[in-house]
Amino acid sequence: MDRQKILEVERIRKDFPILGQTMNGRPLVYLDNAATTQKPVSVIRRMHDFYETEYATVHRAVYTLSQNATRECDLVREKCRKYLNAKNNSEIIFVRGATEAMNLVAFGYGRKFLKAGDEIIVSNLEHHANIVPWQQLCLEKNLTLRVIPINDQGELLMDEYKKLLNCKTKVVAVTHVSNALGTINPVREITRLAHDAGAVVLIDGAQAVPHLKVDLQEIDCDFYCFSGHKVYGPTGVGVLYGKLRHLEAMDPYQFGGEMIEMVTYEKTTFTRPPLKFEAGTPPIAPIVGLGPALDYVGRLGIDRIEAYEHELLIAATRRLSEVPGLKIIGQAREKGAIISFTIGDIHPHDIGTILDQEGIAIRTGHHCAQPVMRRFNIPATARASFSFYNTQDEIDRLVKGLEKVQEIFR
Amino acid sequence: MIPEPQLSRLYQEVILDHNRNPRNFKEIPNPTQYSHGYNPLCGDDYHLYLVIDESGVIADAGFMGSGCAISKSSASIMTTLIKGKTVSEIAALKDNFLEFMTQAPLPASAKSAVGRMAMFEGVREFPIRVKCATLIWHALADALKDYSSGHKSTGGI
Ligand SMILES: Cc1ncc(COP(=O)(O)O)c(C=O)c1O
Repeated sequence: MDRQKILEVERIRKDFPILGQTMNGRPLVYLDNAATTQKPVSVIRRMHDFYETEYATVHRAVYTLSQNATRECDLVREKCRKYLNAKNNSEIIFVRGATEAMNLVAFGYGRKFLKAGDEIIVSNLEHHANIVPWQQLCLEKNLTLRVIPINDQGELLMDEYKKLLNCKTKVVAVTHVSNALGTINPVREITRLAHDAGAVVLIDGAQAVPHLKVDLQEIDCDFYCFSGHKVYGPTGVGVLYGKLRHLEAMDPYQFGGEMIEMVTYEKTTFTRPPLKFEAGTPPIAPIVGLGPALDYVGRLGIDRIEAYEHELLIAATRRLSEVPGLKIIGQAREKGAIISFTIGDIHPHDIGTILDQEGIAIRTGHHCAQPVMRRFNIPATARASFSFYNTQDEIDRLVKGLEKVQEIFR
Repeated sequence: MIPEPQLSRLYQEVILDHNRNPRNFKEIPNPTQYSHGYNPLCGDDYHLYLVIDESGVIADAGFMGSGCAISKSSASIMTTLIKGKTVSEIAALKDNFLEFMTQAPLPASAKSAVGRMAMFEGVREFPIRVKCATLIWHALADALKDYSSGHKSTGGI
């Protein structure tokens, strides 16, 4: 079985030039992969080459250079479709990232189909990008936002979720994997229950797509999104998947070039999805760069990535638990390789600065998920988030760094 | 590249001591001045309470809240420094400290103008942490804004 084949991490690391750098005099240990991931040479080169020899606008022009650029973007659209197991290329919309995708659904779908008194359900684990657009829509249209609570391990309380669902529920918007705690949510079950109640489902896949197998036919959600830069691709590009019938029924979210059929001063008719939702000149080179990023992950094999990162999670959890005073926030049974923690009353910010001096990059703060912090009554956590290019040695370095933190704050 | 900063100059013993045992770490029930200092980026979050007597002297100062070692020790040391001083003295001290933390290069005179706050010089080597050291001083400015406008309005009647 594929899963048994072990990732050759030392070789993989050579594909990521930045990992060979030193930071503050020490070999860089990059553990902020939940924020953004580093890029393999194949991605960097592809964008470089594209700019050097292939760059032109897309869709409009008759000349060959532009037609090639259009074709390159279409090929990446097809790659994204395959990667997510969507049915149709028209269901893959290029956006700037997960944030724009969720805004697009809130304002493209929600504004059109929801009316006063309707309800939207999000979870206590959401990134601000999956809270604030809904909240703003609620203010605008007099809707009610309901929140699925979590337990002390950071798992959704599914019974509470069932109680929240009712005939007024129109949208359920939940993250696949929590960026703050690592919890993997049962998105298939969440979707099934929402559909039974007659609601549409948006899944925020920003933290899932880089780390686990995503099969949209199996999940059956109505919308799904991710950001290119978290899956080893460039910034400035992401994907929103939407079931075709929704995309056809929805209103465009922005207006301008590319998304029109016919414009007069009296009236405009819009083109069909996906271009209906891609107003303006798209981020052409980032779209092109997303291709080799998905190829890279595909070559390693998402099953093997999942297995390897799970090993890292288990090892790091064990080692960090041995650090005196360290408390891991979020201990879900189903968990991605993200560890949020606090150490006694040492502020995460201080932990981050000291680790940085050791060449270790971790994230500190609320991770754009203030409601999660509030749930655990803490202002912030330190967060180490792993990728397939991280190693057991780096976990050692992290533990040693934390010992230094304790020495200073003893 | 940023010159290599020194951890030992950031986390000095006195700073760590004020972090462990913050002075004037208390809520004052009926403050004449109050403000809330919050840094949404890192979550540093402090309430500042001042009691200013009729002659414009800080009779008492206290702060509550949570944050990193730099922000907490800065707040702690600030409260010890401002007690017993007049509003105009601490307004000047605040200006001097904010300049001290942000001016580059640092003029020699700036250091002597901030008294014991000079121990925060090492923070300058960690640009991202400068706002930790200055947070409570911005809160102080806010608290005093009320004071001066309050006085102006009563003076105007
Ligand atoms: C779970 C989750 N959702 C959404 C986002 C927003 O992604 P982006 O900033 O790329 O739009 C992030 C990134 O921090 C995330 O972790």
